[in-house]
Amino acid sequence: MTASHGEHLTNLTLSVWRQKGPDAAGAFESYRIDSISDEASFLEMLDVLNEKLIDEGRDAVTFEHDCREGICGSCSLMIDGQAHGPQRGTATCQLHMRKFKSGANIVIEPWRATSFPIIKDLMVDRSAFDRIIESGGYITSQTGGAPDANLVPVPKPVADAAMDSAACIGCGACVAACPNGAANLFTAAKVAHLNLLPQGQAERYARAESMVETMDEYFGSCTNHGECEAACPKEISIDVIALMNKDYRKAKFANRKEIARS
Amino acid sequence: MTTATDPRLNSKIPEGPIADKWNNFKEDMKLVNPNNKRKFKIIVIGTGLAGASAAATLAELGYQVDAFTFHDSPRRAHSIAAQGGINAAKNYRGDGDSVHRLFYDTIKGGDFRSREGNVHRLAEVSVDIIDQMVAQGVPFAREYGGLLDNRSFGGAQVSRTFYARGQTGQQLLLGAYQQLARQVGLGGVNLYNRTELVDTVVVDGRCAGIVVRDLLTGELQSHAAHAVVLATGGYGNVFFLSTNAMQCNVTAAWRAHRKGAMFANPCYTQIHPTCIPQSDPTQSKLTLMSESLRNDGRVWVPLNPGDARPAAQIPENERDYVLERLYPSFGNLAPRDIASRAAKRAVDSGRGVGPLKNGVNLDFAAAIERLGKDVVQERYGNLFEMYERISGENPYDTPMRIYPATHYTMGGLWVDYELQTTVPGLYAAGEANFSDHGANRLGASALMQGLADGYFVLPYTIGNELAPLLNKPIPGTDHPAFKLAEQEARDRYSRYLGTNGKRSPDWFHRELGKIIWDNCGMERTEAGLNQALADLPPLYEEFQSDLRVTGGGDSINQTLEKAGRVDDFFQLGMLMCRDALERNESCGGHFRTEYQDDEGEAKRDDENFAHVAAWEWNGDPMSAIRNVEPLEFETVHLATRSYK
Repeated sequence: MTASHGEHLTNLTLSVWRQKGPDAAGAFESYRIDSISDEASFLEMLDVLNEKLIDEGRDAVTFEHDCREGICGSCSLMIDGQAHGPQRGTATCQLHMRKFKSGANIVIEPWRATSFPIIKDLMVDRSAFDRIIESGGYITSQTGGAPDANLVPVPKPVADAAMDSAACIGCGACVAACPNGAANLFTAAKVAHLNLLPQGQAERYARAESMVETMDEYFGSCTNHGECEAACPKEISIDVIALMNKDYRKAKFANRKEIARS
Repeated sequence: MTTATDPRLNSKIPEGPIADKWNNFKEDMKLVNPNNKRKFKIIVIGTGLAGASAAATLAELGYQVDAFTFHDSPRRAHSIAAQGGINAAKNYRGDGDSVHRLFYDTIKGGDFRSREGNVHRLAEVSVDIIDQMVAQGVPFAREYGGLLDNRSFGGAQVSRTFYARGQTGQQLLLGAYQQLARQVGLGGVNLYNRTELVDTVVVDGRCAGIVVRDLLTGELQSHAAHAVVLATGGYGNVFFLSTNAMQCNVTAAWRAHRKGAMFANPCYTQIHPTCIPQSDPTQSKLTLMSESLRNDGRVWVPLNPGDARPAAQIPENERDYVLERLYPSFGNLAPRDIASRAAKRAVDSGRGVGPLKNGVNLDFAAAIERLGKDVVQERYGNLFEMYERISGENPYDTPMRIYPATHYTMGGLWVDYELQTTVPGLYAAGEANFSDHGANRLGASALMQGLADGYFVLPYTIGNELAPLLNKPIPGTDHPAFKLAEQEARDRYSRYLGTNGKRSPDWFHRELGKIIWDNCGMERTEAGLNQALADLPPLYEEFQSDLRVTGGGDSINQTLEKAGRVDDFFQLGMLMCRDALERNESCGGHFRTEYQDDEGEAKRDDENFAHVAAWEWNGDPMSAIRNVEPLEFETVHLATRSYK
């Protein structure tokens, strides 16, 4: 495969959502990018825009970003109506300008979800995710009391499946893509990660119950659209939602003493 | 010039043989009764591996903990980006590993510039970390029988690295974050997100608390505590281009330094050999490719300068497998500093590859032939995908191109054996301290150190410090020292907003980074360092007079945040260059071209420089005072570091 190096895109128009604060009215503003290397990342293009705005004495566009390696989950842009933009399995920060064409009009919005209120411009508040983890997204294990790491073997397929769900970066694209603003993929990814492992069995059903109910306090309901899976930059499978629902159902309806022994 | 040993730099290494020191400390330390722990308030700044694990464990023990992060969630700390793995002396492979061997490898890897006692303790607790993380549900890679898998890493001849695909840092941080989240849910930790430290407060020689800035409102707020832990990471972003996350900064450590915490060995910075080369001038950061790739990738450049043929068309006998040739016993797994310099020299000799001729090949063809594509994909699949997304090239077909980039900083706040800085009550953990890696860190040891400090060291040593303070009053936030610190911070941020110059903080950051990279990067010279020290003060003055920060100070303003961080990077940059200039030897990541042997390897000067340089604030970085802690080696024999 050969790549084109050093090509430039020209005449880009950006329609960027600007909003001064949580309660202010927002609107799109248009900016022009005359020329940008196709090697630049999408966020580097926004850096260029911001330098230009500062040069002109205007406020830079606020957007969240940090690692720029697709792992911290900070970046959160709706690009042309798609969470994280057009490239499948790719967070905004890993998207490069070679995926766009000269002359394009690119629409950039924040995540749109009631449970993620806008803070400013393209930055939203995703702390409801932390509330879900705080309610049960952990394995209780006091520091210092752990047995030898090889005491309990974990079959490789189980470890691999747990890792597939644990890959979630907590970016919130699943919520932004969902017509209902549901957080089932995020929550289920964590439930599946911990409930699949032998170490997670002791709290399995209590965890499912408490995380699902906390999720329901903040987010909309899942109606199986599947948009979350399509938007997920880590391509986490919607199957984890079935696993979460199964554990939640068991937690609510089965005989608790009985399932604690299973 | 070197001055005499300073009594404030007492390392407090416990008595006894090296293998007994940590146990001796634990047996002799003072304890706080469980019911009394709640009477102590401990502040933890930063929620990466070191901070999250410390905050969670201290809260479990019963202390009142306030944790602060400038991110929206603790889960976003930069520990999350570590790819390759975490070392532990488990010897699960039966290949001859032991606590002593991990200790020795770390001391040698650090080029004999770290403290024996601290490093031995690190190796001892490494085994507990793996147990702890597995119990928390970290999905480490497993063998088919269900037991833990290992891989090997640079600078070691055993396989002691535990990993979770190429996302080990992510999985370990999520483990620690989940323990922290549990404590937040239980009320053991008050978590302040989107809040940045802007000053530490010292009253009567003791750390009394901190001043923070709420990033959403710009409001300044004081917090008093019995102890403050800085777990705020390293300062690699002083180079502007580095593999650090965009927001990584030195501000917390630097503000503590200005309040009396000595800053140790700032010139020890690590250049990581396997990063994706810069591809265009607007680039904002560099991306690391895990060092684990060197297990199966072979580093090579064309034998002849100017050979522009595609890799596949260059026959074997016209390739130079640089590391295998120079370091036959470690080959492609030579330590980071050595591998980086070899790559730099290959590129400097005109044999660089890629459109800008600024990289070397990392070739997997032999591994794919030997193991099959499936196995290579299993091991490195996500790294290969990441490479392809960034470079547009498929590494299964063409070699990756890599080049060194700044990655980690071994220097940091000086701490004693208990991780306490020169300001009593103020601690530094993880990358923010200087303690364990000497002049060069081995791969997969950063995660180990962060978690060791947070889970297994601070929870003991802080109790030892606090026990005598039971029921004694501490200064409250109404103390004039807090009010003064708040006022100074308020003035500082108003000044950034009011300068009304012409240049953005990023512009200054880029200029600063260029000076530091050119003169205090992979190879340093006396002339270059003097040049940097001549160029930096006028650029810093320009920063103070020509800065432009748009927007206001009472709502989120990322440009303003950046201005504060760049200000501190300027001051640190000057200190780094001074430290590099004073250290007239080459060791680990600090390579002074004047000090090398006939084969171009680093030449240490143990007679004059087997010490830690701990810098003391004296009004400005150009007049900081250099103090010295001698390093005493009782167990290991000082040897020339050879990986041939």
